[in-house]
Amino acid sequence: MLTEAKMIELTTTRHNELIDPFLQVWGWEIPVYLFLGGLVAGMMIIAGYFFIKGRDEGHQCICYQIPLLGMALLSLGMFALFLDLEHKAYVWRVYTTFEIKSPMSWGSWILLLVYPALLVNFLLHVPAWIGDRLPFLKHGSQKIQSINNIKRHVGKVNLVLGIMLGTYTGILLSALGARPLWNSAILGILFLVSGLSTASALVHMIARERSESEMLARADNLFLTVELFIIALFFIGLLSSTEVQISSAMLLLTGPYAAVFWVFVILMGIVIPLLIQNLSVSHRIQHTAVAPIMVILGGFILRFVLVQAGQYSHYLNAHFIK
Amino acid sequence: MARFAMVIDTKKCVGCMDCVVACKTENRVPEGFNRDWITTEARGKFPSVQMEIRSERCNHCDNPPCVHCCPTGASHVHTLGGVVLVHHDLCIGCKACLASCPYDARFIHPEGYADKCTFCIHRVEKGMDPACVSVCPTHCMYFGDLEDPHSPVSRLLMARRYHAIAPEAGTDPQIYYLI
Repeated sequence: MLTEAKMIELTTTRHNELIDPFLQVWGWEIPVYLFLGGLVAGMMIIAGYFFIKGRDEGHQCICYQIPLLGMALLSLGMFALFLDLEHKAYVWRVYTTFEIKSPMSWGSWILLLVYPALLVNFLLHVPAWIGDRLPFLKHGSQKIQSINNIKRHVGKVNLVLGIMLGTYTGILLSALGARPLWNSAILGILFLVSGLSTASALVHMIARERSESEMLARADNLFLTVELFIIALFFIGLLSSTEVQISSAMLLLTGPYAAVFWVFVILMGIVIPLLIQNLSVSHRIQHTAVAPIMVILGGFILRFVLVQAGQYSHYLNAHFIK
Repeated sequence: MARFAMVIDTKKCVGCMDCVVACKTENRVPEGFNRDWITTEARGKFPSVQMEIRSERCNHCDNPPCVHCCPTGASHVHTLGGVVLVHHDLCIGCKACLASCPYDARFIHPEGYADKCTFCIHRVEKGMDPACVSVCPTHCMYFGDLEDPHSPVSRLLMARRYHAIAPEAGTDPQIYYLI
């Protein structure tokens, strides 16, 4: 209860751009990057799974289409990240050092490893329409295929880098301690699982083999269920913490971001597609693109709402939020 | 090793903003931005009101999250007195440090790099006080070394009651307000 005796009025003469009245340093670029980074991480893990399990028979397997699409999507995400930088000409400075405490530094180096890994994965099977135009890729492909047990190695590297990429996107936010909403390392796992569910949805739509497509829909159901569970844990952690963490959780649960969070992230992004996909994997309704598209949009809005609400959450004006 | 800190007597501060003007002039802070500012906190309802006027700036924290999160090492702790500074030509403008600061003390300079209070390190290195401290007409601001038990800042903190802003954020802020 905010009684008159407890009333506090804060007046400040500061009005810095992007900072006041509340932090707005990150617009659409960072959520887009976090979403695409998570999506590509999920795709790498899926490709890794197919290779390790030896389910890549024939060149129709989705694991041969993932690398090219992955590189394109990741480049798009990194371009968004670049657009967000305020001192663009100095971007190369991230590669002149490694800062062990900075998740962004970790991320920059992980991204540098992801590209060659995707390239090697791509070279395992170069599609004819590219190989005919760029014959050196065909030669590279032949050399790589002659390496012993290469597919298994590619699978393992994909799996490890995918987990690192997917997790870091969440840790990047949780390391910024001044924003109570992000003060949870479980964000790393949440973004990893959300990346897996959006990736399963996307790959499910482009898979040519029916068996693969159905398997991915089943996997997506599992990921969506786990995601719901992790979101619940995320809120339990915040709500059992201090005043600022409780206030920040309320931003999503009942506050200004609640409508977007409940309707677009929970209901339309997780619960409804989960119901639809449960019916379709048990062959009671047709497989359509509706559920996967909802999952992908839900994953995107999850990043958006967490980045925006997190910036709004604050140590100093926590009592204003309620 | 010195540990620079600032002690501000809220019983003497009248919020005249001389410190703000001095900082803007000394450090050529661009129009529309502030490295320091005045916060007025009023509690209760008239006639039972308590008011505190504070000159605020970067807290040059002992556990600075802005330094930990910086991907290039641009944000760093200066060898002299634990002052938190930014190398402009290392900064990529990613804004992680802005988001990591519980005091919102940083901003993006129009030239693209992160900018903030430097404790006027260029003056301090010559043995002078920061510009804000040197101009204060009520002499409510003190700057000095907390490692030296005889410095004015150490003696004030031993003699008077004080508080810091949001110490619960865990950054160990080094601006102290006498109450």
